[in-house]
Amino acid sequence: MKPVELFIRAHPEDVRSPPAARRKTLFQALFADMASSVMTLLIVAVVALSLPRIVQWAVINGVWTGDGAACRDAGGACWAFLRAKYRFILFGIYPPDQQWRPAFVIALVTGMTIWSMPRTHWTRATLLLWCATVVASLILMGGGILGLEPVPTGSWGGLPITLLLTILSLAVGFPLAVLLALGRRSRSPLTRALATGLIEIIRGLPLLSLLFIASVLLPIMLPDGVTIDNLFRALVALTLSAAAYLAEVVRGGLQSLPKGQGEAASALGLTRFQTLRVIVLPQAIRAVIPPLTNTAVVIVKNTSLVLVVGLFDLLSAGRASLADPDWPVPYAETYLMVALIYFAICFGISRYSLFLERHMVQGIRR
Amino acid sequence: MRGHARRANLQSWLPQAVTLALLAMVVAWLVGNTISNLASRGITIGFDFLGRVARFPISESVVSYAPTDSFAWAFAVGLANTLFLSAIVIVASTLLGFFLGLARRSGNPMASGLATAYVDATRNTPLVVQLLFWYAAVSYGLPHSASALNPLPGVFLTDRGLYVPRPVFGGQGILFLCIAVVVLAAASIAFRRRMSRPVIVAASLGLLVLGWWLTGMQLSLDHPALGRFNFMGGMTLTPEFVAVVLGLTLYSTAFTAEIIRGGIDAVPSGQWEAARALALPEKDLMRRIVLPQALRIIIPPMASQYINIVKNSTLGLVVGFPELNFVTATTINQTGQAIEGIVVLMAMFLTLSIGTSLLLDRYNRRVALVER
Repeated sequence: MKPVELFIRAHPEDVRSPPAARRKTLFQALFADMASSVMTLLIVAVVALSLPRIVQWAVINGVWTGDGAACRDAGGACWAFLRAKYRFILFGIYPPDQQWRPAFVIALVTGMTIWSMPRTHWTRATLLLWCATVVASLILMGGGILGLEPVPTGSWGGLPITLLLTILSLAVGFPLAVLLALGRRSRSPLTRALATGLIEIIRGLPLLSLLFIASVLLPIMLPDGVTIDNLFRALVALTLSAAAYLAEVVRGGLQSLPKGQGEAASALGLTRFQTLRVIVLPQAIRAVIPPLTNTAVVIVKNTSLVLVVGLFDLLSAGRASLADPDWPVPYAETYLMVALIYFAICFGISRYSLFLERHMVQGIRR
Repeated sequence: MRGHARRANLQSWLPQAVTLALLAMVVAWLVGNTISNLASRGITIGFDFLGRVARFPISESVVSYAPTDSFAWAFAVGLANTLFLSAIVIVASTLLGFFLGLARRSGNPMASGLATAYVDATRNTPLVVQLLFWYAAVSYGLPHSASALNPLPGVFLTDRGLYVPRPVFGGQGILFLCIAVVVLAAASIAFRRRMSRPVIVAASLGLLVLGWWLTGMQLSLDHPALGRFNFMGGMTLTPEFVAVVLGLTLYSTAFTAEIIRGGIDAVPSGQWEAARALALPEKDLMRRIVLPQALRIIIPPMASQYINIVKNSTLGLVVGFPELNFVTATTINQTGQAIEGIVVLMAMFLTLSIGTSLLLDRYNRRVALVER
């Protein structure tokens, strides 16, 4: 047999730099082919037609100070309406001299949210601080103790209601969701059937129907004489809905965990509860943070539905403020303000989720 | 070994039995409370109220309804309204979402930037806010009947509604429908058998035209005309319906666009590269290589998005569109039969959503990639 000839370089070759990527100019990107050119021209045409009118309505003819008559005369955007009504939209029919309390609640919740964002702050102390925040918010809004004037829940309204409903339904719904997810994967057929049935029924119904069912059924199903707060009924419906959707997400996370984790834990002698607490749940939840934050955004948006059961949240207060006969129904400005507040909250949550994803995946990727 | 197995059995059924007993106790307590509360209000439990006369008006419906019809028919009308609204929104949002998804993926920075801005803005605002905005725009922003907007010939837009010409069919309508069904069934069988497509299309069209002529069908348009106070004739779409369709379509389009974009992105890039290496034209690349594979990934989330559209249609209640939830609420208000009304409501929605989930399951199992 002939010896195999090997080719071995005598001298190593220099590594060349990669070829420069051809950067497309803006013109090339906009008019690359026929479809792209048509799209560009169409968009330019639409913007050219509508932008001057929007600017004229919002800025040039916009009324920044004045009253309803000035708005009617000008025919432009009635920003003066927002300046006159912003306290009603933000706080509802809360007594005006006590409105520092809901404002403080909003500031408290915002501060706690910003505090909880860095991952180094994810400790048990922060959890306790959140519990204290919820209790403090309820006390501040309700009053009756610590020298605060009592305010019935029927008078609560605006942004604090939206924030409270979101936080409470998430806080109570998430542990419930973990229980439901574990129950759906349990070995005993009864627990599995119960959990599956509950999740599928709640997810199959529209939230509006759930709110309606809660507000009609709860008074009937409880003994005569026990009165249920309207806020509490809405909270039950929102919590159940949050729990069902979060349970599906957590179940996805539990399914993604390799079985070897649980087996290794039991080989080391950990009990089922310890395995869950230390090994399974942290990994499962970390794996599904993007869908969890998506569901959190949905839960924030769902709180706007409570206007059908008579609660005064941010949107309901905005809609009620339009009923003032002194002003020419500036619906666009009001709904724009309400939409901007919701957008700020929801967009913030989605951006935060992207930030988390980037930083958490780096730990897993090797 | 047998002793261990028996102990395992006891361990498994004892907690289950205890849970069942506790659950039964809680349910019995709730049911007892319900019965005593209803009895003290003089309300009997039973579904015979469905046969009684409804006596409340429904402002618009796809099928004809009068307050002298029964409660059961009122429920059917509510369901028909919900399904009609959902069908229109599903079709519109799928079509628009397809184009929006493509625009977002395109290399044109203006188109993709605008599409991204639209999707972000719509998905991060509650649907109720958007619906109330569109309802206010349709009610306050549109002119009165005297100075109606006329975007297309025969179409008028006022604050009292959208008026479009109504198609009036003359001739043997049922016979023509039977002929059309037969022709379409034959065409779909021929399609499956992979016969020549242009021949199938030409033959079906020819047969349909022949059937149209044979059954003596005529199509005329009943145009809306401005009467003294309002438009007469034609088809009226109320401001509530227009607002709900507009708001719900614009909201759902953002979600369907994301689903379609995700599906197209999930097709492996090797497919694109191979097609381009074979010099396949771009439009064939989309139509014959990418989209069929993307469809498998798109259909499950799209089906749940369709269920979401059906569930979101209940928000028509907020602007006054009489869908199923509204009819149930009015019925419960009038008769006090809360439990039965809620059972009917739950049954209808759960049938829709769980039925669609089961169908989707069967479809998924059929088209799932067979892996070893």
